[in-house]
Amino acid sequence: MSVPRYWRESKYRYRLIGKRCMRCGALYYPRRAICTRCGSKELEEHQLSDRGRIVSWTVIRNPPKDYERFAPYVVALVELEDGIRILSQIVDVEPEEVKAGMMVEATFRKIREDGTSGIIEYGYKFRPPVESKQDSS
Amino acid sequence: MRPSRPVGIVGYGAYIPMGRLRTSEICRVWGGEPPIEEKAVSAMDEDAVTIAVECARYALRRANIQPKELGAIYVGTESKPYAVKPCGTIVAEAIGASPQVAAADYEFACKAGTEAFQTCVALVSSGMVKYAMAIGADTAQGRPADPLEYTVACGGAAFIFGPRSEKTLAYLEGSYSYVTDTPDFWRRAHEIYPRHGGRFTGEPAYFKHIIEAARGLMAELGYGPNDFKYAVFHQPNVKFPIRVARMLGFGMDAIKPGLVVQHVGNTYAGSTPIGLAATLDQARCGDRILVVSYGSGAGSDAFSFVVEDRAEVPNRDPPVSLFISRKRYIDYATYIKHRGKILR
Amino acid sequence: MRSVSIAGVGLTQVSEHWERSLADLFVEAAVKAIEDADVEEPEAVYVANSGSSYIQGQLNLGAMMADALGKAGVPAFTVEAGAASGAVAFHEGVKAVASGLYDIVLVGGVEKVSDASPEEIARFLSMPEDQEYTAYTGITNFGLNALIYRHYMERFGVRQEDIAMLAVRCHEHAEGCPHAMYPFKLSLERILSSPMEADPLHILECSGTGDGAAAVIIQPSKGVSGEVEVAAHSLSTDLIHITGRPDIVTFEAVKRASEKAFRMAGISRRDVDVVEIHDETTITGIISLEDMGFAEKGKGATLFTGQEPAVSGKPSVNTFGGLKARGNPVGATGLYQIVEIAMQLEGEAGRCQVDKPEFGLAQSLGGLGSICAITILRRH
Repeated sequence: MSVPRYWRESKYRYRLIGKRCMRCGALYYPRRAICTRCGSKELEEHQLSDRGRIVSWTVIRNPPKDYERFAPYVVALVELEDGIRILSQIVDVEPEEVKAGMMVEATFRKIREDGTSGIIEYGYKFRPPVESKQDSS
Repeated sequence: MRPSRPVGIVGYGAYIPMGRLRTSEICRVWGGEPPIEEKAVSAMDEDAVTIAVECARYALRRANIQPKELGAIYVGTESKPYAVKPCGTIVAEAIGASPQVAAADYEFACKAGTEAFQTCVALVSSGMVKYAMAIGADTAQGRPADPLEYTVACGGAAFIFGPRSEKTLAYLEGSYSYVTDTPDFWRRAHEIYPRHGGRFTGEPAYFKHIIEAARGLMAELGYGPNDFKYAVFHQPNVKFPIRVARMLGFGMDAIKPGLVVQHVGNTYAGSTPIGLAATLDQARCGDRILVVSYGSGAGSDAFSFVVEDRAEVPNRDPPVSLFISRKRYIDYATYIKHRGKILR
Repeated sequence: MRSVSIAGVGLTQVSEHWERSLADLFVEAAVKAIEDADVEEPEAVYVANSGSSYIQGQLNLGAMMADALGKAGVPAFTVEAGAASGAVAFHEGVKAVASGLYDIVLVGGVEKVSDASPEEIARFLSMPEDQEYTAYTGITNFGLNALIYRHYMERFGVRQEDIAMLAVRCHEHAEGCPHAMYPFKLSLERILSSPMEADPLHILECSGTGDGAAAVIIQPSKGVSGEVEVAAHSLSTDLIHITGRPDIVTFEAVKRASEKAFRMAGISRRDVDVVEIHDETTITGIISLEDMGFAEKGKGATLFTGQEPAVSGKPSVNTFGGLKARGNPVGATGLYQIVEIAMQLEGEAGRCQVDKPEFGLAQSLGGLGSICAITILRRH
């Protein structure tokens, strides 16, 4: 596992930092250099919303290398409150409890580990919001 | 010890993983009597760092300050995912506090978190930083079938200290640290599980240090047990904190709000900070709280906090009670999978 | 630009070729194509492959395969575009001949996945996706298919039993196909009771990856009757992340590439007799057919729910079993499709032969729709 590759992306993954087009306002995650909507090259860092709803989801049962020990796990397409979509594992939930339209919030988790002696990669996953029943919508 | 300038808690947050193991389930496998009801178990993708980040985010939100205003972040834990490489830097990056911030990890068994309190108080009091964050977080280790396995748990809490102001939730009156070289519990380098001295962890260790620290602080401040509405003691099990409270002259009402071990377990460095968080969740303006941690090896930190009116302002941040009720029961097999006790 | 034709084709069975290397497989298919074409030496070699850099740690396949063929000295090129590698290499080879740069070109695709473990294969198959923000989440290529599958069924109210009929038909077609990996029938019940790969996608709705090689010889058209001409070849790309796509159940790259191809060939969809689609999974096949215009959006499954394998007035789809039953030798798959279309047009399809087709179309995808290659062949 490449340390600089992980390190380079860490702040974007830890804190959900994307890009916002300074000309047309389009949001991007992950970051990109050129706005695909208006062609502008002026984009600034943008803190994405940490809450959203599940658009679609699946359960990975035959995982790729380095993810074996987490299987089965849920991965969903999540639409954040600011309208941007993100792909993420959904945790703290059983696969059979996941529904389209379900509200989720960002959390900070281990993504994978390079064996027992290599680096630990951390990043975002989403989970059902931690809030008292009357708060949840 | 008293800060040269008034210091208080401006924000706090706890986090307890969702997995719960009933201790009756451990008894089913290894025999024995359940010392507590159930304990919190982290998921496979959680560790002391992820728990610390969760707490830190809640604490920042409650403090309503910018992460860049933090001048220091200290993580107290004995479950460091890296033996060498600080948890503190990962937390700082994850909450957006880096790079202009002091960060390090503390190890002092179960009092690593409150040891971080002392440093944060000192940094704020001296004026070196505006805000400083202390976190106690652990995914505590216990060897299968060892008495410790019935109680060791995962969780943590973060506290942000700042100069006493309208932002303060509770201000600090004074603190007291008491340490001796007492080998009641230890984990040698490269070992997975700690060892302990059995009954030796009680009288000469837990009780002696907590009592000395509590009495020392009360003597310095000129208080007796009746001056405190609440008290929080390190809670490795149910018996010890209740007994030490009684020995010091505190009743059940004083320790009840912070006594979460029955349903959370012993979260090591997270234990006393979580107890304080749970107590602050319920406290009212003017309440005085005594906090005494205990860390093997051995020592105690004692603190006296007085709650301010801002603590009563309603907020949407999850109280400790919400984390206690947010749970999913797992069986022993799932537990040993989650905690990496299965050889693969 | 000159008109270009396929002069010869060759392929190996898609299988787990335990005893054969990348070069062994490539040479078998390439020699067959050269012998089939009965031409002079190829002037250039284009090699399509997707996984050798990861699975075998082997780069520079162009030179390596040219050498293996005994053709060291010719210019050689390696093309990688995920499971569309074969079709994109074909596109490049056709351009080279059409432009007049070369007169005889060999385009061969080869893949050998059986050297990898199941976890490594799962990782390899997700490599055409962005590694930092898609594969990083732990999603597999089949997981991505499953995301759009669930959304598609909810949005259009289509039943899984109907979508999975594509797999049933593929297996019907593969029966008797000598180069197919799974040349046998599978019932709908069997498919939908197979274990979940990535909910709601069942394992038997997924294409099976295998080892294999396929090759074609391209030369300028001679204008003789029965010749298989390249009527159109087009490429289009789309956003690499499905998160940025306005509609996850539409492959814009397929729409663009197919519209361009139909224009280039000067035909309409109704003129197409036989189609090889990129059915990496049942849902991807159905959406591909819709986006090429062979069915309305949300109605693709109706092409397979009738009683007959090939409904009259509609093209025959995956006549050798498609990725599902012929198998998916990833980087070679696009060339299998093109070889199969050529075999149909030449009347060389054996038990898989459909009745006198004139136009055939092959559609290849790399990643989940981030690149699409369309090839239309015509029997002169």
